[in-house]
Amino acid sequence: MDQSDLRRGLSDAAPLLPGVIPFGLVAGIAGVNAGIGFVATVAFSVFAFAGASQLAALELLSVDAPLAIVVLTATIVNLRLLMYSASIAPYIHDMSAKSKAIVAYLLTDMSYALSIVEFRGERSVDRRAYYLGAAVVPWAAWQAATAVGYLLGTGVPTTWQLDFAVPLVFLALLAPAIEDRAGVAAAVVGGGIAVGGAGLPMNLGLLVGAIFGICAGMGAATLGWNGDD
Amino acid sequence: MTTSYGLLSIAVVIGSIAVLTYAIRGSFIALIGQLGGVPSGLATALQFVPAAVLAALVAPAVLFSDPAGGLAIDRVIAGSVAAGVAWRTENILATMAVGMGLVWIIGVLI
Repeated sequence: MDQSDLRRGLSDAAPLLPGVIPFGLVAGIAGVNAGIGFVATVAFSVFAFAGASQLAALELLSVDAPLAIVVLTATIVNLRLLMYSASIAPYIHDMSAKSKAIVAYLLTDMSYALSIVEFRGERSVDRRAYYLGAAVVPWAAWQAATAVGYLLGTGVPTTWQLDFAVPLVFLALLAPAIEDRAGVAAAVVGGGIAVGGAGLPMNLGLLVGAIFGICAGMGAATLGWNGDD
Repeated sequence: MTTSYGLLSIAVVIGSIAVLTYAIRGSFIALIGQLGGVPSGLATALQFVPAAVLAALVAPAVLFSDPAGGLAIDRVIAGSVAAGVAWRTENILATMAVGMGLVWIIGVLI
């Protein structure tokens, strides 16, 4: 394993911590509010490891929604992971089955966004090393923050707007992700539709926006908008 | 308010979500290996996933702090300037520093 690529993954992911930690604290607090106990709260973060769906599920559990609805809602919230899986799969094609299993477990908005930009970049990189470095940072922070959040039972002041840190990271990654005018089309449509659907339940606005954005990119590509700008 | 569900129900819910989520995450990662590669139509579509998804993640968060709450002017301004920084530098720390700094300053001023 290339140590310097591993370290680069770690340091590239470090700026995400101010966004991940409060979010993790909220997942812990949500466990307190739903009354499921410390073990279940931590287990949720360890086994599901999907923040938005954890919060959605905990909220539904706290109002005694039917269990099938809880599971279905959480799953729909996580459907965007399908796109990440498809998108990153070709880049990790050569990894061992065990490595692929670990990559899959650690796949999140953040590990995906950091890695896809790195993998599509020009320099050659030990992808496994970089991905592990980048993914383990938010993973560890998430687990620790969930536990601490549960034990504290209180939150970080929302006026600090620490949740704004996460979209800023994605914004910084969006720039290199747009490689030509077709990419611009994908981003504009994706962002626009997501904004329009922002009020939809189960994070559907995100999913619908992304799908339309991909279609817009493909449409633009058939018009010849791809290739260098 | 706390749930009326017992520990077994909670365990089943968490376990189900974990299994389904892992299946989603692993789906194409496992399949691509079986298929021996990505069909070219799919490959074109996948090219646009990062741009579309990142934009879909960023845009609502820059416009609203809370979808029900209406337009967040502090975020719009901070986000727009941060977008310019992102464009020029492609640097995560610089974008974050500018964005967070501005959102705090504007939040204090408004």
